[in-house]
Amino acid sequence: MMMNKETIKRLKKKSCQLKIDVIDMIHTAQSGHPGGSLSAADIVTALYFHFMKIDPEDPSWPDRDRFILSKGHACPIWYAALARHGFFKKDELKKLRRIDGILQGHPDMNKTPGIDMTTGSLGNGLGAGVGMALSAKYLKKDYYTYVVIGCSEHNEGVLWEAALCAAKFSLDNLLAIVDYNKLQLDGYNEEVLPIEPIVDKWVSFGFYVQRIDGHDMSAIIEAVENARSKKNMPSVIIADTVKGKGVSYMEDVCSWHGKAPDDSQYKKAIDELKEGLA
Amino acid sequence: MKTAYTREGYGHEIVELGKADPNIVVLEADISSSTKTCYFAEKFPERFFNVGVSEQNEVMVAAGLASTGLTPFLSTYSVFSSMRACEQVRTFICYTNLNVKIAVSHGGLTPCTDGVTHQATEDLGIMRIMPNMTVIAPTDYNMSRAAVRAAANTKGPFYLRFTRDKLPVIYDKDMDFEVGKSIRLKDGADGTIISSGDMTHIALEAADLLDKEGIDVRLIDMPTLKPIDRPAIIEAAKDTGAIVTAEDHQINGGLGSAVAEVLVENYPIPMARIALPDTFARSGEYRELLDMYGMGPSHIASAVKDTIKRKP
Repeated sequence: MMMNKETIKRLKKKSCQLKIDVIDMIHTAQSGHPGGSLSAADIVTALYFHFMKIDPEDPSWPDRDRFILSKGHACPIWYAALARHGFFKKDELKKLRRIDGILQGHPDMNKTPGIDMTTGSLGNGLGAGVGMALSAKYLKKDYYTYVVIGCSEHNEGVLWEAALCAAKFSLDNLLAIVDYNKLQLDGYNEEVLPIEPIVDKWVSFGFYVQRIDGHDMSAIIEAVENARSKKNMPSVIIADTVKGKGVSYMEDVCSWHGKAPDDSQYKKAIDELKEGLA
Repeated sequence: MKTAYTREGYGHEIVELGKADPNIVVLEADISSSTKTCYFAEKFPERFFNVGVSEQNEVMVAAGLASTGLTPFLSTYSVFSSMRACEQVRTFICYTNLNVKIAVSHGGLTPCTDGVTHQATEDLGIMRIMPNMTVIAPTDYNMSRAAVRAAANTKGPFYLRFTRDKLPVIYDKDMDFEVGKSIRLKDGADGTIISSGDMTHIALEAADLLDKEGIDVRLIDMPTLKPIDRPAIIEAAKDTGAIVTAEDHQINGGLGSAVAEVLVENYPIPMARIALPDTFARSGEYRELLDMYGMGPSHIASAVKDTIKRKP
């Protein structure tokens, strides 16, 4: 499909806006996970502002597309997308992780409108996605289920249980997107627990696999469209990303996994990200 | 006395529920002929999901299904749902408060000859700790059917623990089962035995032994461990002054602990707990194991006599 340049431009801008929200939230809270939120920003933006069939007025609409952020610690990007859609007031973003807010440190489906599944314990999101996709098949509904998975989640056995299961049931209404930023808490995947060859692994588990630049909006859209038209098998997109993408001093730096910027770092981050809004 | 499998009660009832409600779906982890979900599989293949030997994923898939409004019953052995998949149950079923029914077989020492790996002797304590979870260990075939119906008709997470071997059928087909309500099987004034699950028929035997010695005990069947029937426990304490619990579980965390918690906060009286004495069991026949670990009818009867002696 010919990519509409205006669409791409709009989505890139939107992604920038969400990243600014992320930095704002984490700076205000002085707690949270910026690195993995920023690496997933373009993927989340493409899904929430181009693909997903959702209704902010009716967050539990039975026919809505489902989204699971299996790497739940990156929830600031999810919260930003939901707030920008109007699932809740944007002011809530200032109360991330606070006792008087609705935005938990990790996503909670009972406290936050628009959150389809509680996450935060790694490796589990794909299995929940399998359940949602199976339900759609059984109930003959045409909603689609998207699951964003972090690279370190590939360390968890239950992820692979879910992968086997998705293939068994030929869940062509399920798409996993791997936010492959190559970093986990203690260092690079290759040092902590190697997960390569990641494409071969997913292929051997019975998935339709595409590998793309996870910050190339056109590539993301094209890959999601390809996946959605693939029949009789689940899909995965391995999206090569950069942890901390968009904030120079955070990019590919492990220590920005779960740390809040101080005031001067915050200003620098916002200045850099604002360039993307121009 | 007629005997039947509690797990078969589940297997039969889930088919009946499935006929009436298309939202009932069943998840299985490769042991359908053992958990008796095989009947449902045969009748409703389009909503029977065998996920293989992957209990953690089984719980996650159940969470996903329930989030869309379906009512999943999830089956495997008690030991695996409560421990292999413990964190998934805690975070994705209990914390989310999703409408998932964990209906599992081979509770307690009942998979006796299989040995410790298959015996579920910690499950009730684990499940009882979890907020939002209702915990039931049905006593016989008919109660199993009634408990499955009650679980299907009540929103929220349930843990239903069935057992391996046939058990005496104590209750009628149309018994009145209510979640959180105990049943007084025998009245008595000298002391009370409170039992659950497969230990209730053992407790009945103990009551007979005591009867022969002229000791008149009340016997309370307590299938719901959570929420526990506090009024019945307090009433028994006031009326009889001595309580002995009997359960097929570790001595810590299960029925005995639950009853002790109620007593100590409300009406402390002499009490004793009959259960697996903080140890792992071994392979052997069911009755041999009960004898070896001090859980047989005579052990319960002795504990009752000792406890009665401790009355002030």
